[in-house]
Amino acid sequence: MEKKLYTLIVYSENIAGLLNQVTAVFTRRQINIESLNVSASSIQGVHKYTITAWTDGETIVKVVRQIEKKIEVIQAHYFTDDEIFYHEIALYKLSTPKLESDAYISKVIRRYGASIVEVNPVYSIVKKTGMSDEITALNSELQSLGCVLQFVRSGRVAITKSCVERVNEFLAEREAKHLNNKHINNL
Amino acid sequence: MSKERITGAEALMRSLEHQGVTTLFGYPGGSIMPAFDALYGHRQTLNHILVRHEQAAAHAAEGYARVSGRVGVCLVTSGPGATNTVTGIADAMIDSTPIVVIAGQVGTSFLGSDAFQEVDLVGVTQPISKWSYQIRRAEDVPMAVAKAFYIARSGRPGPVVLDFAKNAQVEMFDYEPVDIDYVRSYVPVPDTDEAAFDEAARLINAARRPFALVGQGVELGNAQEELLAFLEKADIPCGTTLLGLSAIPTDHRLNKGMLGMHGNLGPNVKTNECDVLIAVGMRFDDRVTGNVETYARQAKIIHLDIDPAEINKNVKVDVAVPGDCKHTLRCLTDRLCEAKHNDWIDSFKPYEEQEFARVIEQEVYPQEGPLKMGEVARAVSEATGNQAVLVTDVGQNQMLSARYFKYSRKRSIVTSGGLGTMGFGLPAAIGATFGTPERTVCAFMGDGGLQMSIQELGTIMEQRSPVKIILLNNNYLGNVRQWQAMFFGRRYSFTPMLNPDYMKIAEAYGIPSRVVERREDLAAGIEAMLAADGPFLLEVAVIEEGNVLPMTPPGGTVDEMLLEC
Repeated sequence: MEKKLYTLIVYSENIAGLLNQVTAVFTRRQINIESLNVSASSIQGVHKYTITAWTDGETIVKVVRQIEKKIEVIQAHYFTDDEIFYHEIALYKLSTPKLESDAYISKVIRRYGASIVEVNPVYSIVKKTGMSDEITALNSELQSLGCVLQFVRSGRVAITKSCVERVNEFLAEREAKHLNNKHINNL
Repeated sequence: MSKERITGAEALMRSLEHQGVTTLFGYPGGSIMPAFDALYGHRQTLNHILVRHEQAAAHAAEGYARVSGRVGVCLVTSGPGATNTVTGIADAMIDSTPIVVIAGQVGTSFLGSDAFQEVDLVGVTQPISKWSYQIRRAEDVPMAVAKAFYIARSGRPGPVVLDFAKNAQVEMFDYEPVDIDYVRSYVPVPDTDEAAFDEAARLINAARRPFALVGQGVELGNAQEELLAFLEKADIPCGTTLLGLSAIPTDHRLNKGMLGMHGNLGPNVKTNECDVLIAVGMRFDDRVTGNVETYARQAKIIHLDIDPAEINKNVKVDVAVPGDCKHTLRCLTDRLCEAKHNDWIDSFKPYEEQEFARVIEQEVYPQEGPLKMGEVARAVSEATGNQAVLVTDVGQNQMLSARYFKYSRKRSIVTSGGLGTMGFGLPAAIGATFGTPERTVCAFMGDGGLQMSIQELGTIMEQRSPVKIILLNNNYLGNVRQWQAMFFGRRYSFTPMLNPDYMKIAEAYGIPSRVVERREDLAAGIEAMLAADGPFLLEVAVIEEGNVLPMTPPGGTVDEMLLEC
């Protein structure tokens, strides 16, 4: 089966040790995680994981179900690139003398919409947000100009294009059903 | 309710009582001493069974849970005490058995420092348990215990681990009992779409050769009656998995026998002839399916399961019916038309006759030669009026006793299916005698598996736990030897077993025993075993190089079973 880059978005309770449980599902199936971002979500007390991995359509369904099976995972979904808005951030540490001696470097930085956020006599820091390809392309161009001292990039953060906020709805539904059951039991 | 100031250890005991626990299996040690001290004051209500090795505590809890449907409980110390339960936790996970393992842990101030008997138990057990939680504060005890029991028994059952830090055992807090029947991130029973029932019913009503696969889910869901109503209304023959054997009586007209590698010929062959295959509470394990590429390709497949992660995991299905099978079977039965499938059901007969003539007759009714495992199993089963609980170890003893025992009551087979844990049988049988004290518990084991848990004879001695041990002694690790003969050119690499004198061992433990070497002595031996008030060890010298047949070789096709090897 054809492999694709999938983005998984996982919502969980905010407890220690859950990252292990989520990544273990990938390890068990020998799937490499390409990038991983964990942070608080917009819902209080709920954490959000954004994970990218190359795999096939059948496997990704199984992975998502295995992740969702973990007690503290609230929901897990997978997406292809056309279903989400996504971004990465990259920082490039460049040699300030080279930057100053070659005007073309600044041109490249501007062309990519990157910005210089720190300058000192030894190095300068360039920041770029955008799609993976652009970040990689800027890196190759700067590398070819011989000015890069360090390069780091983040994992992907992604947000769905859908108009339905599934996690909020899910939690509201769960709560309503629970209260309803309680009500029935008390009758 | 007024609050009372007590220790975390005392709160554990009260929380266990609040959960209705009456029996626990355990072994004390340094980090769990405060809990054992609290237990001392609750001996009237909490019957603690001191095992001889922590692995046995976990298996005993499994045996207890499997026959009773209640949650089995273990109480052990940190470090080695905890890691010794790991095999039992993994076993309970893969066979969906509800147990709660409570292990001591070093105090929170020592965590991560490689303290004496410290092990990262939550880290170790996360991948093999349904839930694993560290109790670091006394006030968390009531919540943790309530949540542990709720998670262990609800939905698809499984093992839960509570890692109980020593400081949390001794600290005081204001105790109040806690009940939990809701965890917002955990959906124990998935919703079923009405359309799925309609589509499944449409397929079954149109089927000419429907065939059902019955798994342990039916027992776990307590849906044995719903299953019968379902099968009988539409006249659907079925095969059962190893763990589902007692979900339907062996002699029921529609029960066509066991599925899988060493199952019966008919149900395996017919899997590849049916037009609609209905799987109920089973997970298409590789021992059932053989090669999935050639498995039931001709059939429309309907899968009823409580665990959404099982749908399409091993076999792609046409209609998924997620949910609790007690409910989903009812909904489905309501939509079925009454039907008769006489020709289809009759078509199993030639396979039954063929299997009888070529396999069963010489295994169960041999006239000469050494005793066979199959005939021993059938004789024991019949001597109990087919009423006993069968507990097995793993290997040939397991397959042959499971095949030739007969089941007339629900929850009558306790065996390690998914993990295939040698050493499981003896402690699981001990647990079973506590889970169902009114029933006869027959534990079949080989000379290999018995020795993996032989120290539990000490527990049997102390408890007078009425386990009827049937040791099928062939002086080999028989199943591996059979595979060596079939697939490794008869190179018997470390499978011959030099055995001790089991009669002397039994005598040392004060357990009555007998050896049977000749066919004419078997019935009397079984009678003596069943007549004994309490435990008994019946050693039967069986054929040394016997084989389990029929057999679908690993990776083979279900309708191409070997009848000899």
